[in-house]
Amino acid sequence: MSDALLEVRDLSKSFGALVVADAVSLSLRPGARHALIGPNGAGKTTLVNLITGTVEPSAGVILLDGHDITHWPQARRVKRGLARTFQINTLFRGLSVLENVCMAVSERRSLSARLWRRADARGDVIAEAMALLESVKLDEDAQRQVRELPYGRQRLVELAIALGLHPKVLLLDEPAAGVPSTESHVLLEAVEALSESIAVLMIEHDMDIVFRFAQRITVLVSGAILTEGTPAEVGADPRVREVYLGENAELRGGSR
Amino acid sequence: MEQPAYQNPLRTGAIRPAELLPWLAAGSGFFLFPDYLQLGAQILIMVLFAMSLDMILGYAGIVSLGHAALFGTGAYTAGILSAHVGWSEPLSGLVIAGLVAGVVGFVCGAVILYTRGLTLLMLTLAVTILLQELANEQEHWTGGDDGLQGVVMEPLFGVFEFDLYGQTAYLYALAVLFVMFLAARAIVNSSFGQSLRGIRENERRMHAIGCPVYRQMLRAYTIAAVMAGVAGALLAQTTEFVALDVLSFERSGDVMIMLILGGTGRLYGAFIGAPLYMILQDQLAKLSPEYWLFGIGALLVATILYAPEGMLGLTERLRAWATREDS
Amino acid sequence: MINSLVSIAFDGLAFAMVLFIISVGLSVTMGLMGFVNLAHGMFAMLGGYIAVSFIREFGVPFLLGAPLGCVAVALISVVLERTLYRRLYGGDELQQVLLTIGLVFMGIAVCTFLWGPLNVQLDVPSYLKGQVDLGFRRFPTYRTFIILVSFAVIIGLWYGFERTLLGAKVRAAVDNQRMAETVGINIRRLFTLTFALGSALAALGGALGTEILGLTPTYALEYLVYFLIVVAVGGLGSLRGAFAASLILGVVDTAGKYYLPAFGAFFIFAVTIILLLWRPQGFYAR
Repeated sequence: MSDALLEVRDLSKSFGALVVADAVSLSLRPGARHALIGPNGAGKTTLVNLITGTVEPSAGVILLDGHDITHWPQARRVKRGLARTFQINTLFRGLSVLENVCMAVSERRSLSARLWRRADARGDVIAEAMALLESVKLDEDAQRQVRELPYGRQRLVELAIALGLHPKVLLLDEPAAGVPSTESHVLLEAVEALSESIAVLMIEHDMDIVFRFAQRITVLVSGAILTEGTPAEVGADPRVREVYLGENAELRGGSR
Repeated sequence: MEQPAYQNPLRTGAIRPAELLPWLAAGSGFFLFPDYLQLGAQILIMVLFAMSLDMILGYAGIVSLGHAALFGTGAYTAGILSAHVGWSEPLSGLVIAGLVAGVVGFVCGAVILYTRGLTLLMLTLAVTILLQELANEQEHWTGGDDGLQGVVMEPLFGVFEFDLYGQTAYLYALAVLFVMFLAARAIVNSSFGQSLRGIRENERRMHAIGCPVYRQMLRAYTIAAVMAGVAGALLAQTTEFVALDVLSFERSGDVMIMLILGGTGRLYGAFIGAPLYMILQDQLAKLSPEYWLFGIGALLVATILYAPEGMLGLTERLRAWATREDS
Repeated sequence: MINSLVSIAFDGLAFAMVLFIISVGLSVTMGLMGFVNLAHGMFAMLGGYIAVSFIREFGVPFLLGAPLGCVAVALISVVLERTLYRRLYGGDELQQVLLTIGLVFMGIAVCTFLWGPLNVQLDVPSYLKGQVDLGFRRFPTYRTFIILVSFAVIIGLWYGFERTLLGAKVRAAVDNQRMAETVGINIRRLFTLTFALGSALAALGGALGTEILGLTPTYALEYLVYFLIVVAVGGLGSLRGAFAASLILGVVDTAGKYYLPAFGAFFIFAVTIILLLWRPQGFYAR
């Protein structure tokens, strides 16, 4: 056995004749900073859905911290320390930013079954949520409704909610999508400031971010792994360049 | 604000002065309209019923066209207890009816809450109609089409007779409503209540933060079932009669319309919607049933298009608009 | 014994065909737009009333009355779609439910005002009265006529759905709306068109079916549940599903009322609950 926090072995998923994940294997150790790249439709988000349990795999095994979670319900995986963000903001738009984060914090503390005590009297939950908001520089917007925030700021709420779950493994699905490049540094700094004990898997299209963030990169094409390696290895791989040529020329400038 | 912004930043909170208004109105109603106390008691009962629907619809976002199933279960339980078992003590009858409705709600909820959308809508509807058919068929117990006769109530606390004017009925309904309201208010403002709002706002996200969504919805459904059952039992006890229509699709529709007119997700929506609906009905139906039907239809369409958050939402918007004009 | 079974099968089939013609439009429009239109039963009812009025008041021949009702209802439905429904696309289903229930109430009130609260009979011409001999048995002519017309409609629908460009567009849009939009299908216009067609079919079913379902102002609510069951059990946007569900519903309801009249609609709802729990997305889920 390895000491991996998250281990995915030969994970496959097909819808009829359409194979969206083809024997994918991945391993994240504590402190891993791993990027998952690939052209559109390569099955990156599907992989996240498989790992988090919104989609049932056709074959393969998922291990979280040594437990076989392949057939666990989603909520149980989260309680074990698996958190994600969504590619498209998936937030409580009618609630305030603070309430969004409090929701995650009180769920993690298993308070959501408590029927009688007023939620707003739980100062500890609120203080923790505020601290999280400060860490992503959202504290000034704490009282605003999420739907009033610009999309880029909402991305930070996505991240803060996931952090409120105290994950051991964090799956970030294109965290910077829709964030103006002037603001993406806040997001990246927050990710870089994460504890060394957390393993992070990030799907990202922006190669600047990928090369700045990742220690290892996995390239996914048509549901299967094309290659895995360090940023230098992947950047130099001619097959990767081929896949990206025309599709996304950024990779060639990735080391700029 | 002088205090730090996050001292008490969640919007759930302490009691606001405006919250006293409906209770003052209900209390003064007792003295102002002594001839209408029977209608008044029925309004209070429908307020409770609509409030219980708000728990699942306004907070958890479960759209049910079959909430009458639970109301009717409570009504028939209380009625049958008295008419067939001879158990005519009102308070214990109320408790038993609430519990039976809670069990029925739990079982139904456990089965149907796996589904969503149209399927859930149809299942809630089908369960109600099924129960109504069953009640219609079990004439021995329910009196079938003629309604359940022979319900009698002992005096409340052994002292207060249920009188012809409905004085006892009115105060009894008001007191039960108040107790239920306090419970409901605490529940929706708790962490559990927050979690329900989360499910309504974005179910996918709730799954993703590890919330056992199904279990939370089932809890809410069961709590709402107890409240609806108590409301039904109140109707049976105060009118000393149970008709088949306590289980009807129409009653499910009525209570939903009341709640929508008042405003969902606020608890107090029920306090506006139920009286508005029932008083309008009382007045318009006197003229002609068609006027009433056309009127309520038009009011509903207008509400959905122009005040989707009901009368309470409308007043909030107007107030926000007025204060902006001032500054 | 055999005789009653044949009668039940025949009457069940006639009822099922009426159910199908009325419900199929609802299924397609709900599959297409996800719009919960509880006013669909009202369109069927209006079809019946308008057809009756054309035949009675203006002396229009029977075979022309029903199509005129279809056209009128299609127009009414398009006006409602353009002015009211459109505002709630993509909104939550609760608002759609309530808006259309409001419309149903208003419709019932208007129909009561115009045609009275009592049952209105459709005057069947003499050539459709009586019985027809199908060799092994005699059957009521009018119900035979209903079944034949329904078969013709079903063949037409199948052809339109499977073999025409419009049908292909509808199928594509039901299947994957975003994809359909990216290949240049105008969903809004497509929806208006199918909505009008679906309402016209409902009107046709409403006009043909008055002999079976009766025609009173509360029709719009009374049978709404049946139409919704067909859609939910069959699966949104599925012709085959709606057909299968109509058959089950029509036959079970007819048999239940024949053998155990005391239980009324009990069996229908019991069967519905079982079917929905077994297949929450309907027989033919997307």
